[in-house]
Amino acid sequence: MKKRWFLSLFLLTGFVQSAALAQDANALHARALAATCANCHGTDGRTVEGSAVPPLAGMSPDYMVKQMAAFKNGSRPATVMHQLAKGYTDQQVALVAAYFANIKR
Amino acid sequence: MKRRSFVQASVALGTLGSLVGCATIPDKAKVVVIGGGYGGATAAKYVRMMSNYMIDVVLVEPNDNFVSCPISNLVLGGYKSIGDITTPYDNLRSKHGVIHAKDRVTRIDAAKKTVTLAGGSTITYDKLIVSPGVDFMWGSVEGLQAANAAGQILHSWKAGPETVALRKQLEAMPDGGVYALSVPLAPYRCPPGPYERASQVASYFKTHKPRSKVLILDANPDVTSKGPLFKKFWAENYKGTLEFRGNHKAVAVDAKTNTVKFETADDVKASVLNVIPSMSAGSIAMDAGLANVNNRWCAVDYLSFESKVARDVHVIGDSVLASPGMPKSGHMANSHGKVVAAAVVAQLSGLAVNPQPMLTNTCYSFVNDKLVVHVASVHRYESDKKDFIPVAGSGGVSPGPSELEGVYAWNWARNIWSDTLL
Repeated sequence: MKKRWFLSLFLLTGFVQSAALAQDANALHARALAATCANCHGTDGRTVEGSAVPPLAGMSPDYMVKQMAAFKNGSRPATVMHQLAKGYTDQQVALVAAYFANIKR
Repeated sequence: MKRRSFVQASVALGTLGSLVGCATIPDKAKVVVIGGGYGGATAAKYVRMMSNYMIDVVLVEPNDNFVSCPISNLVLGGYKSIGDITTPYDNLRSKHGVIHAKDRVTRIDAAKKTVTLAGGSTITYDKLIVSPGVDFMWGSVEGLQAANAAGQILHSWKAGPETVALRKQLEAMPDGGVYALSVPLAPYRCPPGPYERASQVASYFKTHKPRSKVLILDANPDVTSKGPLFKKFWAENYKGTLEFRGNHKAVAVDAKTNTVKFETADDVKASVLNVIPSMSAGSIAMDAGLANVNNRWCAVDYLSFESKVARDVHVIGDSVLASPGMPKSGHMANSHGKVVAAAVVAQLSGLAVNPQPMLTNTCYSFVNDKLVVHVASVHRYESDKKDFIPVAGSGGVSPGPSELEGVYAWNWARNIWSDTLL
């Protein structure tokens, strides 16, 4: 048991050392952009249990794009999101929506 | 799936280290982070995450637990406990493989790319992230350092033991007493913080010590953040309990009489005196010569937060010379942490640094136990200005205090603690 565990550690170590450091630049930049939501919506859009702030992980990109547009034009009332949504271009919103759509809930 | 196996690998490696009795602190790390506040802890975690757990990170932080400045004013109001705002650092190790060196850095050698710890060991880095918060300019208020060391006149502007001690002073104060809060000239950490604190103490007095008074003695001419919102609430709810006096720049305290003296105004004697001195970049940034602006704040290249005076040394959080409209806040430091993490990971991976980083800030203030107001902003890097600029048309403040924002404020805290530390 112990022996096998150490062997798998050894293999993992080898794997870690040979793998590439980061994704391509665009993926990294999109991830950093989506991370600006995480302060309130949790890392990778996963909120703490019972959070009044909704999680974004796994959200349909269409839904998110529509909600952000509704925050921007005022058709969806909000406490802060109408002010924050206006800070992002439509292209940035699309990138963020695509990122969270690919995160498992 | 892939990410999970990486986590397991890095956690397993950490375990192996302790099993075979390796030193806890390695002598070499790709990234060393100084300071485990909102900026540093976030940077450490996100360098690990954004590198898919490929880049080793050592976080040098002397404490076992993170104590949050945001929400700490509610401990003074009696609505939260110090335990409610405390989170252990241990999760950064167990969940993200961050190596926690429980120590403080005494020396940065940017030429040799090493940091020396108080315990004597030296760590070589490829990239250094400096996030030491603020330190106090004790010389700005004569007599304060000794009175503070004696536990008599507190600042309580770093959450922790002083928060608890100030709450005890307020509890011990007889009804009919005066709590005086001295506010330094801007810029300082957490612009609306003093006014939230005064509101919290006023709320406590109103319920428990109705003959007592809160005096805000502000070096600035007026309330520096969310002014109209605070002043309207005070007029409607704390009339006779809370008084604001501008242009009161503290220059000295007399511990014998618990009196604060000002540049131009009359002395004020108080039952509980809470003096917040002026602030500068954290002492390690000062000592390392990184605070190149007025020997007080650190100028950085905002694209990557790299210091203007030291290569491969990145400074984030309250120590940084702020861009227009950029507050020294926990939320902002967390935002800095992610921009610097992405930049450092890109540079160490041979990738282009994000040409358009973004920052957000949302700052909630509790005016009593339930009602909250906020200020929010979004900042975009503009390459022609080489600076972060608030996005036109974005951001703003609350129309007025609300309980709904109170719910969001507490959930903001829980989620940002998780984003920073879990």
